[in-house]
Amino acid sequence: MHPAFSVIFLTTLIGAGQGLFLALFTGQIFSQFKLMPEQHDSNFYVIGSIIAVGLMAIGLFASFFHLGHPERAWRSAAKWKTSWLSREVIALPAAMGAISLYGAAHYFGFTTPLFTMPGGTEIDATLLLGLASTFTVYTLFICTGMIYGCIKFLQEWHSPLTVINFTLMGMASGFAVATALSAYMQTDLTKFYAVWAILFTVLAFVFRVLSLVRNKKIKPKSDMRSAIGVNHPNIRQMAQGSMGGSFNTREYFHGKKAGFVRNMKYIFLVLAFIVPLALLVFSLGASSWVIPVAAVGIQYLGLIAERWYFFADANHPQNLYYQQIS
Amino acid sequence: MTQLALVIDLNVCVGCHACVTSCKEWNTSGPAGSMVDKNPYKEDPTGTFFNRVQSFEIGTYPQTETVHFPKSCLHCEEPPCVPVCPTGASYKREEDGIVLVDYDKCIGCKYCSWACPYGARELDEKQKVMKKCTLCVDRIYDEDLPEKERLPACVMSCPTSARLFGDIHDENSDVSKAIREDAGYQLMPEWGTKPANHYLPRRKVKMTIHKDELERVDNPLSKEERKTHNAPSDSPSLEDMTTW
Repeated sequence: MHPAFSVIFLTTLIGAGQGLFLALFTGQIFSQFKLMPEQHDSNFYVIGSIIAVGLMAIGLFASFFHLGHPERAWRSAAKWKTSWLSREVIALPAAMGAISLYGAAHYFGFTTPLFTMPGGTEIDATLLLGLASTFTVYTLFICTGMIYGCIKFLQEWHSPLTVINFTLMGMASGFAVATALSAYMQTDLTKFYAVWAILFTVLAFVFRVLSLVRNKKIKPKSDMRSAIGVNHPNIRQMAQGSMGGSFNTREYFHGKKAGFVRNMKYIFLVLAFIVPLALLVFSLGASSWVIPVAAVGIQYLGLIAERWYFFADANHPQNLYYQQIS
Repeated sequence: MTQLALVIDLNVCVGCHACVTSCKEWNTSGPAGSMVDKNPYKEDPTGTFFNRVQSFEIGTYPQTETVHFPKSCLHCEEPPCVPVCPTGASYKREEDGIVLVDYDKCIGCKYCSWACPYGARELDEKQKVMKKCTLCVDRIYDEDLPEKERLPACVMSCPTSARLFGDIHDENSDVSKAIREDAGYQLMPEWGTKPANHYLPRRKVKMTIHKDELERVDNPLSKEERKTHNAPSDSPSLEDMTTW
């Protein structure tokens, strides 16, 4: 497939935003359930929520460039019963709204306990809004992954690994952003987030490598014989019905040499996983905010490369009909 | 239920592209707006077509044969492009099974084109909406046209009658008979899309003649045969059995 930068920015940015929110809420839960020293710096949650919603807003903005008719984008919420894309169109603003409310509740200090759990834990509005946001965030991860995972013709994508990878990479980048933010704001959470970010980066790396291995073994379901229905092992295209290319030659081919695609694979494995991992481990022992911020920046570049490769790697069966211009 | 479809006979298609041009002519002139032609007289000409004729070489030289292969939307009975459309612009008509795009609802997100294994959908570079074969829905029901012209433009124009049009759910229709009797097949059946359009394979008319059919071994009229034929035999003959 031809990698479209609008979609690359959409999926990477909203993933990081979602992951950042999950990081904020994980910190709050650990603190509220007294699993670590309590945090009272609501500023961190407010700014974190603003960044999370901001990342998702930029992603949403980028996605409009993918559309031929952005002014009709509102229509795309119509077919949520059948279309994962439609579901994402609903889930994305829902998650942004829920996270905004979560941030607002922290800003306005809605932390008076509404009721107390049997264990003695006090439940307040921020916790409930956080739970609601968590639900929308995971829904959005599933919707985004399933947009690609549900297309059975793209065998490289048609796997649960697509959803798992979108989720894990979003969480890895989001927790890395949380690490950088807390280091910059000098909260006590830096190490806490760094450890989580390391964990998710390792998990994301493992599952991404798993999908690389899986995709390497794929046997295409269609071949020239089933494409034109002639049972002969040696079929060669002579003409594809157009001399100067068509939508079919532009949308489904990345147009790069095999070496370029292969290099992109190594680049994303190093930039999205290995370098950020080293920096995050390094940041455990250092107090400077520069290191985690660098980890975030490098990881984001790596994720752009990863998403580019994700698209370029997918081989559409329609390409069988478009192998030779003339 | 009706399922209109084309049946394309690869045995008689000569690859003349008449269907391509007549399709473009009819559909670019309609009320739905023109089909773009970018750089028509320059380098890299490109444009929207609902129908294209491709050519394939089968076999290894010198044992090769060329197959001309017209390809358009197959109007699948299980169209994978329809459920993925977020706006409902892509839909399959209940009454005749034609898969259509509502150009006023399409947002041009291209998702349906990803979900079509045949590459039948093309984004119009100018109108920025997804376009594809409509089976000339604006011709086949047009009562202003003479009845015999209520056919898709490609079918009307085909000089070798390689394109048949009709209801494949009606077992007595010409298309059903052609599919049944001339081994009609679907493209990429492995995906379960159940394309309504069918193709008829190349068919060779062969006559096998054995050597003894060219030259009779027991020619009773030959000189040699006559000799042995008339020679008295050791074995009992018919004359020993019967009396005339």
